[in-house]
Amino acid sequence: MSEVAEKVKNIVIDHLGVDADKVVLEASFIEDLGADSLDTVELVMAFEEAFGVEIPDDAAETILTVGDAVKFLEKATA
Amino acid sequence: MRRVVITGLGMVTPLGCGVEQNWAAIKAGKSGIRRIESIPVDDIACQIAGIIPRGDGTNGTFNPDHAMDPKDQRKVDDFIIFSMEAARQAVEDSGWQPTEYEDQARSGVLVGSGIGGINGIVEAGYTLRDKGPRRVSPFFIPGRLINLTAGYISIAHGYKGPNSSVVTACSTGSHAIGDAARLIANDEADVMIAGGAESPICRLSLAGFASMKALCFAFNDRPEQGSRPYDRDRDGFVMGEGAGIVVVEELEHAKKRGATIYGEIVGYGMSGDAYHITAPSEDGDGAYRCMKAALRHAKISPDEIGYVNAHGTSTMADGIEVGAVERLFGDAAKNLAMSSTKSMTGHLLGAAGAIEAIYTTLAVRDSILPPTINLDNPNVETPIDLVPHKAKEKKLRYALSNSFGFGGTNASLIVKAFEG
Repeated sequence: MSEVAEKVKNIVIDHLGVDADKVVLEASFIEDLGADSLDTVELVMAFEEAFGVEIPDDAAETILTVGDAVKFLEKATA
Repeated sequence: MRRVVITGLGMVTPLGCGVEQNWAAIKAGKSGIRRIESIPVDDIACQIAGIIPRGDGTNGTFNPDHAMDPKDQRKVDDFIIFSMEAARQAVEDSGWQPTEYEDQARSGVLVGSGIGGINGIVEAGYTLRDKGPRRVSPFFIPGRLINLTAGYISIAHGYKGPNSSVVTACSTGSHAIGDAARLIANDEADVMIAGGAESPICRLSLAGFASMKALCFAFNDRPEQGSRPYDRDRDGFVMGEGAGIVVVEELEHAKKRGATIYGEIVGYGMSGDAYHITAPSEDGDGAYRCMKAALRHAKISPDEIGYVNAHGTSTMADGIEVGAVERLFGDAAKNLAMSSTKSMTGHLLGAAGAIEAIYTTLAVRDSILPPTINLDNPNVETPIDLVPHKAKEKKLRYALSNSFGFGGTNASLIVKAFEG
């Protein structure tokens, strides 16, 4: 797992209070990890803060899974 | 008119978590006032408060994880967490956990707060200033709004009936219970979760009340003696945190399911001072009319009341309330007992009326008068027994609980021992 993926995973565990083994790349925040729409907004904010990047609203709307977040952040911080 | 009884009690206060824990502490005359350690207060004149003992949940300590998932606790101010804990206890105690659609629709929630999420508002204000609007959490609004206590409680327990909040400063808890009882009496619900919650111990509210010279400044080195209603050395109120919640229920509904009945709510009075934004009028007329309205509702005369749980905040207003009670009770005042449990809990603002309604109910249930502690040198002359220092026994049939709030908003509740 990349450094970015590890960091994303920890943020997700922290914010959604879910078990680490559930936070796999395919996991959907809403479908699999019990997040609601407000949780996902807060998650995106936490990613922005942790990675020092800005995630525009239209991009945030495409981040639905852990893998989506990792992919976006790997690109944004490359 | 449909009759309304109390079938569930729950509380978390500076005297501990749980009703029996609280009642034992009240009967023993214990103080829940301590030095504030959780935030810096060196530059604030008042450095003491009624603080909930936190812990793992044993020995009457408060474990927030019993009330709410840790990930949800992060999203809300403490007043919501306190209200969730008190509601959890009260619902469990009542045994009313509706699962049928029709039952849920007839079960509601009416819980308020005086100030709400003031600490979270301060924190979010710093975030806005330092990091900009895009860093303000989406949970900022729903975690601070006062009626989200009622919202969270309804979600946790499936109460889908009337859902509302009261915001009347230090009268909130009493108004919430009275209004909820009225909804039941008016056939708008069969069961209501009702009460108040407050989490005021933060630098901003301490600073605000300190500026008003309303807080106790002189007992920072002796916190347990700080709240001393009717005493010569009283020096202002001591803020407290916590929540009190009751389940109130229509009598036949409660009987049919064999619920334990703690007492009956037979009187509810309200009044406004129309005088000053924070001070009561010297003659205590607002308090007088409020208690009179409650007696009228209960259809009883003052001499039938055996105990008054006073608003008694340990301020200049204490004597005004005593005067109002004397005026209302006349000759019957010499047989009356009246105490301030705030001498032990501190002043829980929007939760005060709710926890005091519970203490009043237990006083009636057990025929016990809670004491006014720290009453070493009374500065009021009255024929009323202010129950100094020690709890005592007295056969009680009716008791009245007073709450008065900034804005000149008053509420009185009358609880009757349940007689079938």
